[in-house]
Formats: sequence, structure tokens, C-alpha cells
Amino acid sequence: MHMADALLSPAVGGALWAVTATTIAFCAKKVQRDLDDRKIPLMGVLGAFIFAAQMINFTIPATGSSGHLGGGMILAILLGPSAAFLTIASVLTVQALFFADGGLLALGCNIFNLGAFPCFIAYPFLFKPLAGDRTNSTRIAIGATLAGIAGLQLGAFGVVLETVLSGISELPLEAFLWAMLPIHLAIGLVEGLVTTAVVSFVWKARPEILDYSATSRPLGNLPITKVLTGLTLAAAITGGVLSWFASSFPDGLEWSMAKTSGQEELATPTEGFHQLLAGIQKKTAFLPDYSFRSNEHEPVSLKETPPSWPAVDTGTTVSGLVGGSLTLILAIALGFVFRKRSKIM
Amino acid sequence: MANIESALFDLGYLDTLAARDTIIHRLDPRVKVLIAVLFVLCVVSFDKYVIAAMLPFALFLSLIMGLGGIPALFILKKLILVSPFALLLGMFNPFLDQQTLLYLGPIPVSGGWLSFLSILLRFCLTVGAMLTLIATTGFNGVCMALEKMGMPKILAVQLLLLYRYIFVLMAEGQRMYRARALRSFQSRGVDMKTYGHLIGGLLLRTLDRAQRIHLAMLCRGFDGTIRTRRAPQLNGWGIAVLFLSCLVLIGMRRYDCSLLLGQLLTGFAQ
Repeated sequence: MHMADALLSPAVGGALWAVTATTIAFCAKKVQRDLDDRKIPLMGVLGAFIFAAQMINFTIPATGSSGHLGGGMILAILLGPSAAFLTIASVLTVQALFFADGGLLALGCNIFNLGAFPCFIAYPFLFKPLAGDRTNSTRIAIGATLAGIAGLQLGAFGVVLETVLSGISELPLEAFLWAMLPIHLAIGLVEGLVTTAVVSFVWKARPEILDYSATSRPLGNLPITKVLTGLTLAAAITGGVLSWFASSFPDGLEWSMAKTSGQEELATPTEGFHQLLAGIQKKTAFLPDYSFRSNEHEPVSLKETPPSWPAVDTGTTVSGLVGGSLTLILAIALGFVFRKRSKIM
Repeated sequence: MANIESALFDLGYLDTLAARDTIIHRLDPRVKVLIAVLFVLCVVSFDKYVIAAMLPFALFLSLIMGLGGIPALFILKKLILVSPFALLLGMFNPFLDQQTLLYLGPIPVSGGWLSFLSILLRFCLTVGAMLTLIATTGFNGVCMALEKMGMPKILAVQLLLLYRYIFVLMAEGQRMYRARALRSFQSRGVDMKTYGHLIGGLLLRTLDRAQRIHLAMLCRGFDGTIRTRRAPQLNGWGIAVLFLSCLVLIGMRRYDCSLLLGQLLTGFAQ
């Protein structure tokens, strides 16, 4: 469920980073303004708790597989949305850096998918109305389950959208959705049930804890339109800047848009295009300065042609193979040299 | 993620690596974060069929790992552990994109295979870069760098507190889990109800701990503002390294070094 750098284009990753960074800045301001200074250590320790809880697996009934807690909803219930969002952001950062779940560029997407949806959509619009004043354990259970499911569905939808917009993976939108949403429906159900189990345990053992978080100031007084405008602007600007950057390199948003719209044309193998490309290739490929540039103009000048890999051309292919494998060998050799050296030392 | 023991071990091991003292470790954290970000951006901005032009980046990474004394085997092991998602999503490319883009002698290679390999390479490079960053900088260094570059202070504090208590709470969770395992004889898995109680118990302990920490902070004069350690000034050496690395990375992004090298060699052969 964690997005990976390898599947992202810079434009999509950058836009999501902008949105996430804005949300973080906003939440940070909100948490600092509320300043209930008990919350600061509480957030830190609860983040660490989520880690510990994720390490313990349980068996999912009737399937034999095992799952673990995601934790977004529990944090939202215990801390309120802004503080929970910051905590989720910190958990995902540590996961990305130490456990390589996700990546630097994908971190923006991941925080958005796993943080924003549970905290700002599922929690205020599902859990709060359903759970009410948190005095009824059935209502808490229903609220936590439904909110858990909704949060994960939206998150999975986010992953699909980001992947398809990036256009690195070939998976078409519909098939990918059909694969992801049912799986995450099941995962979401389990997440919701586990959240319920934990929350009702706490509710039975120490009801005042849930009371305390329910009475701390709600999200209601946010100037939500302002926030939304800010987010949209940030996303648009970054996306725009980065897609300019990306289209001067031949991929990214613009390119992938063209790609998703022209899916069938690309799938059909057409000999004509190849010959056409090969002809152009002959003219451009053996320029002395064969670099990125000659590569880049083709997809621009030939809007309807297949993607921009300088097609069948034995000369460049051989050079590319020889050079590439040599570089790879060099990289590995370098590793060995350093390894030897560190052994000697 | 794997089980608690291996996670704790990994955290500890990365921390140990970060405590070394090499030319890479001594660099300013900001410089390293910026280089890592640029590295990732360069790699992901390649066209989706590109493979050879990305390999010089592997060389760059391998050089930094070597200079920083990071064992390649450890990084490789982690790469394999976390690869399933990228592998799963990339796996369909060879089936969905069957257009021949390249001939290896008589064998046609479809675009799907090229983009699949490209995804795997991207994955290795980006994840490798991130692990190298943390293994040469340490978590505190990264946090300090991010805060200097404009991350809200409260998030920096949150990250530092989280990292501090991960070790404590994971050890606590491990103890509880082991206690349960020792008392449950043949039933190996934790069913959902037990899980709820186990995690609920851990949560209550966590909340109590948070309260104790808060009291301890109050005793030491915590007044709601948080003070973090100031980062030292960027020195000339750091700036020079940053500038040079940017130059190299952008150069490798603009010019297909593998191809140039290959052309040079095949040119000689002819």
C-alpha cells in the first residue's frame, strides 16, 4: 500500500508533496495554537506505539493470513485530526527512512494517502457523527469500523490514481482499481475491527481517555475554504512547475496524460511507425553529440508516435549495451574494492 | 514489515552505521539531504524505457556507499525485503506493452520488459539512496537538516520524540508478545480479540508513559516552547561538495554517459 518512488513521475510526486507540506504546516500551526502541552509528549509516544503495534501480527479469521494495525484511525480518535496527521507523518517518515517503505519523493503521496483521508475525511464525517459523544460502545464500534474501511478505500484509490497518472506502470486505471479496491475493502474491514477492539478495550478500562480527546477542540472552526484554496493552489503551482521540468525531459504529467488517452494506439503494434521512426533515427542518431537532446524532440514533433525510446537501431543499441554493462560492472567493482579495503582495515 | 526482533535489529544497525566517522559522515546533514533529493528527482525523471543512462547513478551511489563504509550486502538485503510492491506493479508491464522497441541480436525485446527492468532499477536506486542517506547521517542529523530547511518545529520535535520512544515501546511490545506466546502453547497466531486486548494494554501503558514524560518535562522547566539543538553553519567544504555533486548528477541526467562510453569503446573496436 505504500507508494514507491520507482512508480512515480516527478510531477505527480511533487504535486502531492506540495499538498502534504501545506497540510503539515497548517496542522503544525493548529497544534501549536491549541497548545495543550500534554499533547506534545503524547504524540511522540503514540507514534512509537503505532510502530510497536504494527510489529505484532494477528491471524485474520478464516483466511490463515495475518495482518497488522495501520493505526491512522486510532490516532485520529485519540489525538484529534491535526495532531494525528502530524503523528502519522512522523511515523511514515521513519518507516520510509529506516524500513525503506516508500521513498523520499513518494513520502508526500504516502502521508497524503494514509494520513489525510483518515484524519480529515473518515474521522470528521464518519466517526464523529456515528460515535456521537462516545458513551455508547456499539456506536463507537460501528463508527470505528466504517471510518476504518472508508479511510483505507480512499487511500487505495489515491495510490491507484497516483500510479496511473505517473504512467511508469502500464496498468490501466480500471483493472488496477478492480484489483486494489476489493483487497483494501477486506484490509479496511480488518483494520476497522481491530481499531474497534482496541478502542473498546480502552473504553472499558479507562473511559476518561476517550472523553478527554472527544472534548478537545474539534475541527469545526477551521476556515475550510481557505485551506482548500491553499491546497489547490500549492498543488497547481508545483504540478505546473514540475511538469514543465518534466516535459523538458520526455516524461511526466503531460506525457502520461497523452499516454492514458492514447492507450489503444500504443498497444497495437504498427510496423509503419517503426519504419518512420527508424528513418528519423538514422538522421539524428549518429550525430556526434548524441545526447539526451536528440532523444527529446521526437515525441514532441511526432505527437502520435509510440514512446520516445530511440527505436530499433543496432548502432546505438550496441553502444548502449556495452556502455551500460561496463558502467554496471564498474559500480559493482567499486563496491568490491571498498569491501576489500574495509576488511583490511 | 517483519517481526519485532529484526526491526529492532535494523534500527540499531542503521544507528551504528550512522555513528561511524568517514568523509561522508562528516559532511553537513543538509548537504546530504539535498544531494539525496536531487538524486531521487533525477532518477525518477528519466523516461520509462531508459535503463543504460540510469546506470551511472548506480556508480555514484556505489561510490558514496563505499566512501561511507556502508556494507552493500545489508542494503541489498533490505532492497529484496521491500521490493514486492514495485515488483508486483511492474510485473504486468511485459504483458501490457508488447511492442518491440529493441533487438538484441535476433531477439526482439518489448517495451514492457524494458520498462519493467527500468522500474526495478529505479526502485534499487531510490531506495538505496534513502538508506544510504540515513546510514551516513543518522536520524537526528536528518531531522536537524529538515528543520533548518523549513520543516515546522513541532514536527521536528515529534520526529525526535518518536524516534526516542520507538526503542522503548518496541521492547515493551516484544515483552508482551513473548509473554503471550509463552503461555499459549500450541496456538501460534494471535486471534483478533486477543490482539485487541494486547494492543489495548500496550496503549494504556503508552498513555501512562506519556503522562510521566510530560510530568518529567514539566519538572525540567518545559513551558510549551520546544528548543532543539542549533545546526552549525554550513562550511565551505560542504558547499563545494554540494555544488560538485549537483553538477555531476545533472550532468549524468543530461548526457547518457553509458552510451557515450559505449560509443567510445565500439568506436575504438571499429
